[in-house]
Amino acid sequence: MATEMDKVDVVTVGVGWTGGIVAAEAAKAGLQVVGLERGRERGTEDYQHIHDEYKYAIRYELMQDVSKETITFRNSREQRALPMRQMGSFLLGENLGGAGTHWNGQTWRFLPYDFEIRSMTEERYGSEKLRDDDGYRLQDWGITYDELEPYFDKFEKTAGISGEENPLGGERSNPYPTPPMMKTRILEMFEEASSNLGYDPIMMPSANLSEQFENPDGQTIAACQYCGFCERFGCEYGAKSSPEVTVIPAARETGNFEVRTHSNVVEILTDEDDDSQVTGVRYVDTRTGEEFIQPADVVVLNSYVFNNYKLLRVSDIGQQYDPETEEGTLGRNYCYQIFGGATGYFDEQFNTFMGAGALGMAFDNYNGDNFDHSDLDFLHGGNMAITQTGNRPIATNRIRPDTPSWGSEFKKESIESYTRTLRVQGQGASLPHKDNYIDLDDEYTDVYGVPLVQLTYNFTDQDISAQKYLAEKAAEVVEEMGANEVVVDAEISDYSIVPYQSTHNTGGTIMGDDPETSVTNTWLQHWDRDNLFVVGAGSFVHNSGYNPTATVGALAYRCAEGVIRFAEEGGRLEEE
Amino acid sequence: MAEKGPDEKQFSRRDFLKTTGVATGGIIGGSLLGGFVGFNMNGDSGGDTAQNGQQDTGGDTAQGQHDPGRIFFHNDAEFETISQAMERIFPEDDMGPGAITLGAPYFLDMQLAGEYGNNTKEYMQGPFYAGETTQGYQSRLKRSELFRLGIERLNAEANEQFDDDFSNLEGEDQDEILTRFQEGEADMGVPPATATPEDFFGLLRSATIEGVYADPLYRGNRGMEGWKMKNFPGHQYQYIDRIQSDSMVEIEPQPLFGGDHNGNGNG
Repeated sequence: MATEMDKVDVVTVGVGWTGGIVAAEAAKAGLQVVGLERGRERGTEDYQHIHDEYKYAIRYELMQDVSKETITFRNSREQRALPMRQMGSFLLGENLGGAGTHWNGQTWRFLPYDFEIRSMTEERYGSEKLRDDDGYRLQDWGITYDELEPYFDKFEKTAGISGEENPLGGERSNPYPTPPMMKTRILEMFEEASSNLGYDPIMMPSANLSEQFENPDGQTIAACQYCGFCERFGCEYGAKSSPEVTVIPAARETGNFEVRTHSNVVEILTDEDDDSQVTGVRYVDTRTGEEFIQPADVVVLNSYVFNNYKLLRVSDIGQQYDPETEEGTLGRNYCYQIFGGATGYFDEQFNTFMGAGALGMAFDNYNGDNFDHSDLDFLHGGNMAITQTGNRPIATNRIRPDTPSWGSEFKKESIESYTRTLRVQGQGASLPHKDNYIDLDDEYTDVYGVPLVQLTYNFTDQDISAQKYLAEKAAEVVEEMGANEVVVDAEISDYSIVPYQSTHNTGGTIMGDDPETSVTNTWLQHWDRDNLFVVGAGSFVHNSGYNPTATVGALAYRCAEGVIRFAEEGGRLEEE
Repeated sequence: MAEKGPDEKQFSRRDFLKTTGVATGGIIGGSLLGGFVGFNMNGDSGGDTAQNGQQDTGGDTAQGQHDPGRIFFHNDAEFETISQAMERIFPEDDMGPGAITLGAPYFLDMQLAGEYGNNTKEYMQGPFYAGETTQGYQSRLKRSELFRLGIERLNAEANEQFDDDFSNLEGEDQDEILTRFQEGEADMGVPPATATPEDFFGLLRSATIEGVYADPLYRGNRGMEGWKMKNFPGHQYQYIDRIQSDSMVEIEPQPLFGGDHNGNGNG
């Protein structure tokens, strides 16, 4: 029998960025919050020997143990879904801080166009361009950029983001809290080339801070030392904004927040007599195997895209999406991203091994609807960037397409290219298609006996066109930078779960203003269960041409406001 | 493009060390560097087994290779086969030392005995089905089992094609055998759902690169010579005072443990 714990005001399932934000805000407002974290406690003191590419980047030391839980995957419904036995395409987080511990820190706001993509596309190009008949499911988010702006502002202040105004981004109420990072030779070359070509390059907004910063919660984030170990690593300086150095200590300092580690939530509990509420969660102590029930007035799902979906599904909350009938909303609009870039080969050697996760420059002239799509066979686009994140030797072995992948020629070229190649890349948006969705697997289970999430996903024809377009534009920039030789990325075909692409999975528990087409309202409050909130990149209706974290953070602040309001007043938050 | 020869490289590094006042220690583990005197910068602690915590229990082999002992490969012929296969992936040449000199086979040996070889952090529950390439690895075999099978099949293939064991072949013929694995032509002797020659080749290639460039803590990348070839400085606390330099800064690499932790790398 499960042990029942004392009831709390709020329980967060997962304690990463979104769980930390909700916990900090709710705890500051005087609510009693418990955070259930399946992994272990961790913080800056755990990253003292972090400059180990093999352990952390290649063997995924900080990430989810997929022997316990993974997903299954197939490209289409005709295939048998098989387990993702090894991590690859994306890196699932685990332990306190979640993926917020090992992110790069590139902190872009989504564009105004993103939130009103359907209306704005229709208005400019007509409804044909939406391609509903081809299975695309563009949808407005039910909230505008202007409505979200205060929450973006709040997240940027919490994280102390270093950056400068983007002439092609949405309007800002305030400048970035800290100035941009240092401009390096590599970045200057990109800046000059892209300016020559008529673009508007800016320094990338960065969570690796240009200077020490004390955030509004009184938490101090240190200044980045440009050591070149960010993505897949934790920061030994506490100079990369992450939940462990910002919102989690802020929540703890209130005295109203308890983190319970090694606590894996397996079910959201409901009351048979009241289908408008949930009552708490059931979780397993991952060390002892004991089961616990944590009753709560408000339950907030703060785990990753897949597990937020999974908990709703296994708890039978909401209706599963069916790609044949398109009925049901849970699991729809799964999106990912595409990358179109080009690599330039130079005589000059560069300090490619130095850097920081968000040290870069970028322009948005080919992102969103910042360019005319009338004659293009795709919508949206991507942020075009050069980054100097610190290339490492195991993972960085660039060779030309016709060079053998092993032997002397490989060795020579991969060694020479290590300091002599620069890469420009567009991070392409991904638009929802009716055939891309998440479901529950009927064959494979996790270590707790709960079915695995099943992903059905492939690139769409718009993805393929956009990737090619971005790669060609990237090649022009690389050429303008003075490369002797430019190698353009190959065209994409079927999505593969094997090579790393990006941990920017989105959708499945999307937000909106209509319960027929979304899982939560724009306060991230579940349509069917008033005291259940679901927030994260799973809330995204489509995926933009940017990294997701700033938008995730903004939604989490809005969710936190909703949780506090609900705790005070109850009821449906969209009704007012 | 013009490449520096080993001699030039040696000069520039020595020059660099001199001008930056870095102490160059005595020759440590110099014997393992064979003919590559030009790359033998010494003074690095990555080759200093006493300092960096490596197990220095073995002696030297006939080829002058430092032998830290083996955990996984108990059969000398097996170890010789995989060592030579790794050497063909990353051969000793005028760029510098190859996989064997760099200790990559010892790296692999330790990895196969641990989490990596036992796929500890990977989903290994059945049922197992052959999948599409896009679905990734689907075999029931652990890496340690796949390597053992691969070694067996390397020799089977070598005997079929050239009538001799893999390790007795000339480099060119070894390359031909490896190419047959890379291109899926070799016979693994098991159904494709269990193992394909491409699976084995892919693992062999990535393990070799890992053994060449991982921190010396893992027994490969001896003397940090892999890093030196590539101009990767290893573990440096910061680059904040150098990152705006207009030209590439050459920095003597530091290992994670046992290096010159003066708080500032050597810059």
